[in-house]
Order: sequence, then C-alpha cells, then structure tokens
Amino acid sequence: MRIEVEDLVLRYGDVTALDGITLTLEEGKIYGLLGRNGSGKTSLLSVLAAFRKPTAGRVRIDGQPVFENGRVTSRISLIRDVGETVNIGTGEEALSYAEALRPNWDGEYARSLAELFKIDLKKSVKNMSKGQRSAMGIIVGLASRAPLTMFDEAYLGLDAPARQVFYDQVLADYLAHPRTIIMSTHLIDEVSGLFEEVVIIHKGRVLAHEEKDELLAKGTSVTGPAAAVDAFTAGMTVLGSRSLGPTKSVTVYGELDDARRRKAAESGLELGPVDLQDLFIHLTAEDGAAR
Amino acid sequence: MLDDRSPIYRQIAERIKADVMSGVLKGDEKVMSTNQYAAYYRINPATAAKAFQQLVDEGVLYKKRGIGMFVSPDAQEKLRAKRRETFFTEVVDPMVAEAKAAGIPLRDIIRRIEELEDS
Repeated sequence: MRIEVEDLVLRYGDVTALDGITLTLEEGKIYGLLGRNGSGKTSLLSVLAAFRKPTAGRVRIDGQPVFENGRVTSRISLIRDVGETVNIGTGEEALSYAEALRPNWDGEYARSLAELFKIDLKKSVKNMSKGQRSAMGIIVGLASRAPLTMFDEAYLGLDAPARQVFYDQVLADYLAHPRTIIMSTHLIDEVSGLFEEVVIIHKGRVLAHEEKDELLAKGTSVTGPAAAVDAFTAGMTVLGSRSLGPTKSVTVYGELDDARRRKAAESGLELGPVDLQDLFIHLTAEDGAAR
Repeated sequence: MLDDRSPIYRQIAERIKADVMSGVLKGDEKVMSTNQYAAYYRINPATAAKAFQQLVDEGVLYKKRGIGMFVSPDAQEKLRAKRRETFFTEVVDPMVAEAKAAGIPLRDIIRRIEELEDS
C-alpha cells in the first residue's frame, strides 16, 4: 500500500512525539524505520495503523484516511513488541481470531511458521515465554499477508537463531507475496540487508529518507596520517573521528567522485565503507547531528 | 577493487564475472533470478537487481524480457581482454612492491614462476 504523510503532528499532553513528519512510501518495498529511543518510531507506526489519532496533519493510505476507517485498517497489520495482538486464549485461538480478522490469512503458512519457531499452539499465549509470545506476533504478522505489514521491534526476547528465522521468513514471504513492509529495529546490523529504503527519524522529525544503497554510498571512512586526513576532509561533512597515535580515521558524509578517490589514493589515504549502523549512530549523535 | 571494500551488489557482480571468465557460466546461459540471489545472500531483491544492472551496462549480461538474464556470447572474451589490460598494474606491480618490501630478490620470483610453469 502507498503511504502519504503530510505535516503529521502527534502530542500526548504537553509531550510532542511527532513534530511535523512528511513522508511518502511507495507500494511494495521493504522499509527500515530507524530512530533512537523516544524518537517517535512507535508513535508513527501507531498512527499508520490507526491505533492513534493524529493531533494535526494528514495520513493517507492508498489515498484513504486511516483513522476509524475499517475498510483500510483490515488491510494494515502492526505487530508490536508487547504482542497484544495474540494475547487471546491458546495459540490455536489466537490464530483463529487472526483468521476471522484478516482477508488474506494463510492458515497453512501460520502452522508451518509455528513449527519453525517451535511453538506449541495448544499452550495458552499468556503462559508462553517472552520469546514465544514475540514469535506468535510474528506468525500472525506474516500469515496475515496484510498489504501493509509493520513490525515494531517484534524480535524482543527471540534468540539469535530465531531472529534469523524471522528475517529469512520476512524476505521469503515478501519475494513470494510482494507487499509494503515496514520494520522498526535497533538491531540494524542484523537486518539492514533486507531494506530497500531507510527512514531515519530523530526527535519526531524525518532526518533521512533514502534508498539504502544510496545512503550507504554517502558514508566513507578516511584513514591515514592525521595531517593528510585533515587536509583531505577539510570542507566535507565530518560525522566523527578517532585517533590512534599518528593515525586518524574520519567518517565523512557525502558523495566522493572518482577524482576525489584518486586524490585520496595519491595522498596515501585508505577509503572504506561505513555500515548502516555506524552511519545511523553518527547521524543521530546528540552533539551535532550533521544535517 | 582498488579503493575500498565494495558493497554487496558489487561483490555479486564480481562473482558472476569470475564465473563467466572461468567458463562456469557460458555464453547465452541463463543466470539465476534476482529473487534467487536475494534469498541466497539474504538481501533485498532491489540490491541484487543493481548487480545485474551493472553487468548489463558492462555488456556481460543481456536481458530477455519476461524470461530473465543471460550471459552475453562475447562476455568471456571481453572480460579476459580487460583482465589482460589490468593484470600487470593490479597483480604484478603490487607483488613486486611487496617482494621488495620483504627483501625477496626478483630472480627468486622469476625462478618460482618458471617452476610453476614446468610443473
């Protein structure tokens, strides 16, 4: 589903969670939604899922307003870390409930996922472990095949092998049934390969929204003798720097053309990529977010 | 790559090129789909598609609409010619520089090459 957000503001009392978000997400891509704690990720997803009414601004999904619009919301699924969508009787009952609610429900797929995550569906969801409840949320989120599927830190309590199952299933099911998927996460390194586009929000605003490969291409680490590094990076956007004796490593933001790259090689400097997690940390650093 | 560790899509492109050059992938042979590459490397299909686009631009692959990607008939020879051009600057020159740094006489290197040639 295509998402259009315009000047979205969300306040709780005198706390401003979203401070003028404008964003267009095309249909059929996997988006990574990144932000530090309290940046507004969960607030934004809650508005998209119609769990919350915006204080101001416009939200359109496939051209339709979402709040109190059942025709649209039945096609939207948000799975949150708390797993409230599945806290209903036994695992079996939670699946039946989702089946009644979700027009594209695939019960066979849900059962095969339960096997992959080793979930005993006869067990009461309330009595499951944190990780098992997270897995139940993921099962419902994937098997619903909602045209807009959102996972908000849905991996909490899952161990590393189970998280890998989650990521592999998201990708496999997306390849088989393309749809709009938004994943909010703090475990950026683990999942960044899946993203086509990345949205970074910071203090209730959009800090960056770009194709992931484009965003990655903008981050470069420049390493070498301190004086040469300083000369090369003068005038560039510097996100961070570290020194080890006479050697300095600086992270810069912005495209480097071939001429600049050749110049770096001639100056004896080493250029390296910056991964998404490092780029995110630098871009959202408190002491000088660089844009 | 000379300048940096490359992004995943460039690595995929390099691997396909290596397979074409060594003859594992032959002219007019169909290559795996973007979805198959995406699932294998655990990446977004758009990233895999970038690797394919780069190879189409370089004339290594060609697209048959609705069917898939195929190896260009002249890709192997093109890649080998290109490799011959860069072989000395990218492989031999750094090797000689490293040998000098380690104090290995050039005649030892030549002797080694001749041994490999004979065996």
